[in-house]
Amino acid sequence: MLNILGRLRLSMLLAGACLAGAAHAAEITGAGSTFVYPILSKWSDDYNKMNGDRVNYQSIGSGGGIAQIKAATVDFGASDKPLPPEELAAAGLGQFPLVIGGVVPVVHLEGVKPGTMKFTGPVLADIYLGKIKNWNDPAIVQLNPGIKLPNSAITVVHRSDGSGTTFNWVHYLSQVSTDWKAKVGEGTSVQWPAGVGGKGNEGVAAYVNQIPNSIGYVEYAYVIQNKMDYAAVRNSAGKFVLPNAKTFQAAANTADWKNSKDFFLVMTNAPGPDAYPVTATTFAIMYKTPKNAARSAAAIKFFRWALDKGQAQAKALDYVALPPALVKQIETYMTAEIK
Amino acid sequence: MPAVDIETAAAVAGDRGTGAPTLRRRPVAGASTPPGDRLFGWLTASAAYFVLILLLGIAVSMAYGGRLAFETFGWQFITGRDWDAVARKFGAFIPIYGTLVSSAIAMLIAIPTSLGIAIFLAEVAPRWLRGPIGIAVELLAAIPSIIYGMWGLFVFAPVMAKYVEPWLNDHLGPLPILGPLFTGPPIGIGMLTAGIILGIMTIPFIASVMRDVFQAVPPTLRESAFALGATPWEVVRKVTLPYTSSAVVGATFLGLGRALGETMAVTFVLGNAHDFSKSLLMPGNSIAAAIANEFTEADSDIYLSSLIALGFVLFVVTFIVLALAKLMLVRIGRNAGTKG
Repeated sequence: MLNILGRLRLSMLLAGACLAGAAHAAEITGAGSTFVYPILSKWSDDYNKMNGDRVNYQSIGSGGGIAQIKAATVDFGASDKPLPPEELAAAGLGQFPLVIGGVVPVVHLEGVKPGTMKFTGPVLADIYLGKIKNWNDPAIVQLNPGIKLPNSAITVVHRSDGSGTTFNWVHYLSQVSTDWKAKVGEGTSVQWPAGVGGKGNEGVAAYVNQIPNSIGYVEYAYVIQNKMDYAAVRNSAGKFVLPNAKTFQAAANTADWKNSKDFFLVMTNAPGPDAYPVTATTFAIMYKTPKNAARSAAAIKFFRWALDKGQAQAKALDYVALPPALVKQIETYMTAEIK
Repeated sequence: MPAVDIETAAAVAGDRGTGAPTLRRRPVAGASTPPGDRLFGWLTASAAYFVLILLLGIAVSMAYGGRLAFETFGWQFITGRDWDAVARKFGAFIPIYGTLVSSAIAMLIAIPTSLGIAIFLAEVAPRWLRGPIGIAVELLAAIPSIIYGMWGLFVFAPVMAKYVEPWLNDHLGPLPILGPLFTGPPIGIGMLTAGIILGIMTIPFIASVMRDVFQAVPPTLRESAFALGATPWEVVRKVTLPYTSSAVVGATFLGLGRALGETMAVTFVLGNAHDFSKSLLMPGNSIAAAIANEFTEADSDIYLSSLIALGFVLFVVTFIVLALAKLMLVRIGRNAGTKG
C-alpha cells in the first residue's frame, strides 16, 4: 500500500519536475512531519530566492515521512520520532535534528491566567490516566495554592490522529509515571484511557477552547498563536519552568547529544535547572550514500544554510533554533556520514 | 461512498417504476439490431459493468489489504474493544458501534423532517413558495461536509453543552431505562451531537428525492381523492404515501448510506475516543473518522492493515444495510400487490 502510494508520489514529482522544464536549479524533495512544515516552507522560500534551488516538502506526517525515505522516493524524510541507530544502519540512513519546539499543557479554566497553573509530570500522567478526575483534587490543589480551582470534572483532550506531538507527550509521561508506562506506553498514537480526541494541533486547540474545564497538549507555536492558557511543568531538577524559547534551548543544551549515536535522543525530561521537560525536535532522515547524489548534496547544502542562517525565520514562526554547540555537532556529522 | 449512492439511487429509480405504469422493456440485442443500437447497447452496458468492476475491485483490494488484521485477530477484530497501537492489538467494535448509533440518531432526525419538507413542498405549499424552498434544500446538499463539521464544533457544540445537554441530564438522566443514555458531563461533543449534525446533513438528500417522487404521483389519482371529499392529510396518507412507499424507503436508505460513510463532519464533533460508553453524550468513534484520523501515522504493518480492514468492515456494514433495504422494498412491494 505504502509502496504504491510512494510510487504514485514519485511519478507526480517527476511530472512536476518535467513541468518545471529547463530550470537548472536542483529540486529537492522531502516528506514527513507536519510540525516542521511551516518553517521548512519558509526556509525553502528564502533559500529559493537566494540560490534558485527548490525544496518541495509534503507534510504527510512523520510515519509517512519514514516510509517515503525508506522507499527512496524523496531526498529526505522528516520525523518527530528519531529512528534507533540499528534501524538506520539497516536501511543505510542517517539522521540529525532540525529545529526545536515544545509540547505544552494548556487548560481552559475560568479566571486562570496563562502561565499561572503548575503541574508535575506524575500529576499530568494521573489526569491523562483518568485517575485524577476533578480540578479540586488535592494533588492539583497542593501544587496551585493561589488558584481557586472549581469542583468540576476534568475533560481530557488528546490527539485523535497519530502524531509526533503525541509521541513526545507520552514519552514524557512514560518517563515520569511507571503507571503510565505500564498501562499505556509510548508511541505516535496510544490507547487513551480517558478523554476526547481532536484532529491535529488545531483540533486539540479548538476542543480546549470550546470545552470548559478541559486540559490538552499542543505544540508551543499553537499556544502562542491562539493565546492559550498554558501551564508550567516541574522539570527533573524540581523547578517549575514555563515553556519558552529559553527553556527549550536549555533542554537542548543539557540533553546528552554528545553520547547519542545518530542523534538518537528524545529530549523529554532533560536535566538542568532551566530545561523545559517536554521539549521536542524534528529529525531529518537521509541516505548516507544516496542514489541521486547531486540532489542529496543540494539537500545537505540547504540544511547547512538553514541551521546556520535560518534562526530568524524560526523565531518569527515561534520555533526555537538549535543551540550552537549542537549545530556544530550536526555539521561534523553531515560531513562525516552523509555523502 | 459513491458505491452506496449509486446502488441506492438505482433502487430509488427502479422503485419509481413499480407504482407507475411501466414501460415494457424491448429486447435490445439481436441479429437484426442495427449497428447503431448495438453500439449504444455496448456503451451503456460497459458503463454499468464499469461500476460493478470498480466495486468489486475496491472490495477485493480492501479485503486483501486487511488480510493481515483478519488473520491475526479473527473474529476478535469485529468484537474486540481494544484499539491499541502500542500493544498492536486492534478490535473494531467501538468504531462499528459508533457508526451505527450516530447514523441511527441521524435517521431519527432526518426521516420525519424530510418527510415534512417533501409533503409540504409537494402538497401543501403555495406554488410560488415551492421553488425557493426546493432550491434552499438542494443548496444544503451542496455545502461541503467540513463546513458542517466546523459549524458543529464552533457553533452547535457550545449550544449543546450549555443548554441541551444539561437539560437532558436533569430531565432524562433519572429515567429508568433511557436514563443511562443521557448521563455524563455536558461537553457538547459526542455521539448525540454527531448524530444531529449527520441528520441535518442527510435531510437534503432524502427530502429532495422524496419531493420528486411525491410530485410524480399522477394528478388524476390525487384529484379523484379530492373529488371524493378527502382532506389534504387524507390524500397524503391514503394516496401519496402508499403510492410512493417503496421510493420513500429508497430515499431514506440513500440518506443512510451517506450517514454511514460521512467522515469529516463526524470527526469534528464525535470526540474520536476509542472508549465504549452507553451514554450518547460521551465521545465515541466511527469507522470513517478512525481511518481519516489515523491513516497518515499508522506506523506498523498490522496497524495499517487494521485500518484497511476497518474500511472493508464499513463496506460490509453498508452492504448489509443496503441488502436490508432491498428486502424491505420487496416486502413493501408484495404487500402493495396483495392489497391492490
